[in-house]
Amino acid sequence: MTPLLQIKNLQAEIAGKKILHGVNLDIGKGEVHAIMGPNGSGKSTLSYVLAGKPDYDVTGGEVLLDGANILDMAADERAAAGLFLAFQYPLEIPGVTTMTFLRAALNAQRKKRGEPELSSPEILRRVRTEAEKLGIDPEMLRRPVNVGFSGGEKKRAETLQMSLLEPRVCVLDETDSGLDIDALKVVADGVNRLRSPDRSMIVITHYQRLLDYIVPDVVHVFSKGHIVRTGGKELALELEANGYAEYVEEAA
Amino acid sequence: MAAVQETVDHVRRIDVEQYKYGFETKIESEKAPKGLSEDIVRYISAKKEEPEWMLEWRLEAYRRWLNMREPNWARVDYPPIDYQDLYYYSAPKKRPTLNSLDEVDPEILKTYEKLGIPLQEQEVLAGVVGADGRPKVAVDAVFDSVSIATTYKEELAKAGVIFMPISEALREYPDLVRKYLGSVVPSTDNFFATLNSAVFSDGSFVYVPEGVRCPMELSTYFRINEEKTGQFERTLIIADKGAYVSYLEGCTAPKRDENQLHAAVVELVALDDAEIKYSTVQNWYPGDADGKGGIYNFVTKRGDCRGANAKIAWTQVETGSAITWKYPSCILRGDNSSGEFYSIAISSGRQQVDSGTKMIHLGKNTTSRIISKGISAGRSENTYRGLVSAHQKATGARNFTNCDSLLIGEECGAHTVPYIEARNASTQFEHEATTSKISEEMLFYCMQRGLSSEEAVALVVNGFVSDVLQQLPMEFAVEAQKLISISLEGSVG
Repeated sequence: MTPLLQIKNLQAEIAGKKILHGVNLDIGKGEVHAIMGPNGSGKSTLSYVLAGKPDYDVTGGEVLLDGANILDMAADERAAAGLFLAFQYPLEIPGVTTMTFLRAALNAQRKKRGEPELSSPEILRRVRTEAEKLGIDPEMLRRPVNVGFSGGEKKRAETLQMSLLEPRVCVLDETDSGLDIDALKVVADGVNRLRSPDRSMIVITHYQRLLDYIVPDVVHVFSKGHIVRTGGKELALELEANGYAEYVEEAA
Repeated sequence: MAAVQETVDHVRRIDVEQYKYGFETKIESEKAPKGLSEDIVRYISAKKEEPEWMLEWRLEAYRRWLNMREPNWARVDYPPIDYQDLYYYSAPKKRPTLNSLDEVDPEILKTYEKLGIPLQEQEVLAGVVGADGRPKVAVDAVFDSVSIATTYKEELAKAGVIFMPISEALREYPDLVRKYLGSVVPSTDNFFATLNSAVFSDGSFVYVPEGVRCPMELSTYFRINEEKTGQFERTLIIADKGAYVSYLEGCTAPKRDENQLHAAVVELVALDDAEIKYSTVQNWYPGDADGKGGIYNFVTKRGDCRGANAKIAWTQVETGSAITWKYPSCILRGDNSSGEFYSIAISSGRQQVDSGTKMIHLGKNTTSRIISKGISAGRSENTYRGLVSAHQKATGARNFTNCDSLLIGEECGAHTVPYIEARNASTQFEHEATTSKISEEMLFYCMQRGLSSEEAVALVVNGFVSDVLQQLPMEFAVEAQKLISISLEGSVG
């Protein structure tokens, strides 16, 4: 079976500085892959390039989602095609309530896919159901997107967006950063509920801790802009014990 | 960076195609000869069958105007206006009598239909809500120099509310008009207001008697159609003791290559415990991408809280005009009176906006609040200019001002020029101002969730202006929101 997401020799730079040096990665349907690596190894860049952030220039390679090259698509088209990025630092949008944002996003995606837009009551119903599962206070839906949210609230809000938009590929960028252990469990539960045979995930993290809760099928070690080692979930434990030192040196 | 470049490209593409109201209505019209003179002033007054005192008032203004100079302190730049090259009066040719809407020139009715302005009253009984559940709105439609139709007159009359063209009010209620006309904006006030006093042709007159809450929203739609014709409307609204009225004004004009002059005066008088809410959705033709054509909008708007506990609130959504020169103000004369100014001013293309407010605190314990949101795109210049002053006797005066500017693209400008004068020690004035650029990070976040770049900008901008939008009457807020999206269409990447 063709992998759902194929990254082939992906190279990218920002402001003339090369960050990704040929990333190769195949992710099958339903699989969860963890990408671990030291700070500055290019993990976050990979997530931005996949999502189509305009600051980055792709200088080589391909990214195929269900066989279609998404590198030619604008960020919103990639989103509509089913790619979701949970941001490490979700942005604040003053004056726009979370509910308004969710409605706008969901209907924009549906419109792009040629699906009928959903009515406000229908969206409200879906949002409430998902919010309840994540222990999100309905009051939060009336607050402007991420404005004044605690670290935990922001990550919960990202998870809520992800549940509502039902993406095919989820990229979680350092979802554990800024979370205490209780908040981490809530978010991880939310993510685990979204695991399904049709949905793949890339979990980017520096620490093994998150992977105790979101257990990956495959673990990759990322260093100096590419994957230097691939293994099973036990690789995460090894990294936890030995650190990244050997990979940093190896790659250099 | 790619996104910034894209933004700039989109901004360049802004042009008149965005302006949806640029069509012209072909009708026969009756015009005064071109140019301005005492004879023209007499002509206008005679056309309106005005009382003698009104003519004298106009002539006095005209003579004074001859010795006045056009103000040049605003941050706007335009070639000199030839005041002799304009028509000061233009009216659709009259049919014998005009007893109902059926007799209005069908071309004009079509114009208002195209503009989406309801001139047909829905057949419903007295009450605030129309048959389709939407609030009823009484409309006075002003086409060039004359009022075409005023709806719901009878129903308003039952409540004791007078709502009619000011030319008609001058004939039917001369004493009332005489008592208040020029009492807020004197005919000597400023170059444009004085010109207006000499040649104003129509506008709306509203009187809400003591203790009456006006049963529906009142609104006037101004349309400039004729070429080389100035529109000088005059609006006078009086809320007697304890009265309440909410009023909305909307404006559009056809696309033309030359500039058209619009110099209006609006006067509001709120007596003891009265409240006036005045909202404007200004969408005059802004000119093309190179700054050719468009309306020169030189407007004097002022409200007088003449009685204790009076309240006046100005809300404006400004998206049109080549040049805007406009400072809706409040004189807080009555003790405990309050003034509010909520403004969204959007400029794109080559538009120039110099707008703001004046809050003049004269009475004790008067309060005012200013929320101004300026959005500049393209190569436009957007200036907030505001004065907050407290007289020696205005003890306990309080003001809160918040001016936020949002820049889209690299070639536009935002400026904030606050003047603050406190002449007594018990005054509390607060001023906050921010200037920000629409961030690429924020747009990327929205796009990652599926919004197109334009949807993303509209969302961010609507968030930016949300606290002002909330001040607009409900259904107009929806209109305003759409208008904001339209006027920024293509302005961002």
